Amino acid sequence: MSAYVTSVLAVIGINVMLAISLNMITGFCGQFSLGHAAFYGAGAYGAAFFAAAGSSVPLSLLVGIVVASLLGLIVGFASLRLRHDFLAVTTIGVSFLFVGFVRKQSWLGAEMGISKIPPSGLGPEGNTLLIVACAVVAIALSLYISRSWMGFGFRAVGDDEDTARTVGIPVARYKLVAFTLGTGIAGLAGGLYAYFTQFIVPDSFGFIVSVALMAMVVIGGTGSTLGVVAAAIILTLLPEMFRFVNEYRLLIFGGLLVLVMRFAPDGLAGLGRAIVTKVRGS
Amino acid sequence: MYYVDLAFNGLVFGCTYALMAVGLTLVYGLLRILHIAHAALYAFGAYIAVIVANGTGSIVLGVVTAMVAAVLLGTAIYRLLYQPLLDYPPYVPMIASIGLLVFMEDGFRIAFGEQGLTFARNPYPTELHEFLGLTVNTVQIAIIVAATVCLILLAAFITRTRIGIGWRATVSDPRIAESFGVDAIKVRYLNFAIGSALAALGGALVGLLNNFVEPTMGFVVSYKALAIIVLGGLGNLQGTLIASLALGLVESYGTIFVGHFLDRDAIAFLFLIAVLIARPQGLAGMKVA
Repeated sequence: MSAYVTSVLAVIGINVMLAISLNMITGFCGQFSLGHAAFYGAGAYGAAFFAAAGSSVPLSLLVGIVVASLLGLIVGFASLRLRHDFLAVTTIGVSFLFVGFVRKQSWLGAEMGISKIPPSGLGPEGNTLLIVACAVVAIALSLYISRSWMGFGFRAVGDDEDTARTVGIPVARYKLVAFTLGTGIAGLAGGLYAYFTQFIVPDSFGFIVSVALMAMVVIGGTGSTLGVVAAAIILTLLPEMFRFVNEYRLLIFGGLLVLVMRFAPDGLAGLGRAIVTKVRGS
Repeated sequence: MYYVDLAFNGLVFGCTYALMAVGLTLVYGLLRILHIAHAALYAFGAYIAVIVANGTGSIVLGVVTAMVAAVLLGTAIYRLLYQPLLDYPPYVPMIASIGLLVFMEDGFRIAFGEQGLTFARNPYPTELHEFLGLTVNTVQIAIIVAATVCLILLAAFITRTRIGIGWRATVSDPRIAESFGVDAIKVRYLNFAIGSALAALGGALVGLLNNFVEPTMGFVVSYKALAIIVLGGLGNLQGTLIASLALGLVESYGTIFVGHFLDRDAIAFLFLIAVLIARPQGLAGMKVA
């Protein structure tokens, strides 16, 4: 594999993990989080800080997961009190707070970020393999959860919280599990990203990244694992394949979000289902 | 006098937030949509103002044109984007709105350049006046006067006129309002027209104050305005006004006291999250409880 292909694959793997993990919170459990990049960043910073201090690769990655999922648990507690629009606005706040906080911390490198992250020792191809393997595990986990009793509970909470509570589904516990699990995976993606680039800055985890991740979820079809994976891959490859797309990346992202929401609010998965029904029907 | 200066600055910022947030909270009250793209109208207003002012030499004409153009754009956004999405769950129009904001901001960058625009002839930010021991510039006075006049007119409009009362009736119960003969569609257009004009006015004045208009100027303000309308109790005009001024003051003092570990834009959200954890129904809910 050429260096270019390995790096593109690594970015795809990281984005797939992030989109899948956001889909667990937003798609399965119905909790609109517009601050996913903050958890990604928390994982990256946690892992990078420990790696730069000399800890081993597995330990650094573990620290990233723990930091991100603890932050996720706190936001999960907020989701118990706040609903729908209030939660969306609060998570936007989390996204801004994270970047605003990290920017001013000299022990985290402030604006310059952390640049002395040691190599993982796996080489570029090894890194990419690790990332792709983690992404595949994340997809498998997402598919498994979606079919499990817990996935059923998540969807019940997402569809109608009050009814779910009435039929004895522990709403609070499911929300906290969804947040902790989803943000933990985002933290792992962050740790892998830190080892992949060996250099992180606050701006890589800003609000616009949260929006891009939400775009992957809604364009793929909220709640559909495979649709979200497809959208994550397409939206990552698009700027790579067409040079001009990169210059107008945000314009196209924004435009796609508007068009998909306006004309096909169920995303790729909804389009897929519609085609299947039509073929079967005729 | 230092602390009084800070308070005055906070009030000026609070007034610009109020101009921006009023339209947002009215849209939420009427349609239950978080109209995040409202901030694009704020940036749009600033751009139209700077372009027309530089073309014609008249800043007043620029600001007026900006407000008129924003009325057209705001009502078009309602007609083409939100109206067809009213039957979907609220996240659908919200995500579409975020998409529109990102799209328009990047559009401004591509059309007018990354480095932004400045007013060719704008003496007002450096025109200083002594006032009760404070040193204030003309644009700051204009912001406070404009916000006060607009909000008083708006309050008079919705409490004294027939259509204003119909508007409030539609906010509290659209179906009953309609059965009493209120034209809900007209009320919605009116809502977007007035809110957009105020946002454009706010954007144009902030552009004048900084003598600088840049593509991302609406971005952070849009999320602050969201924080404000949540704090004010969604759809509540008075609460929104109080929250705008409170946020202006909190930011102004916060930059001094906590600025070394948190940047200015994050303070708004710390304030928001702190208030929401204590009072999930927002600041205005205090009266009820």
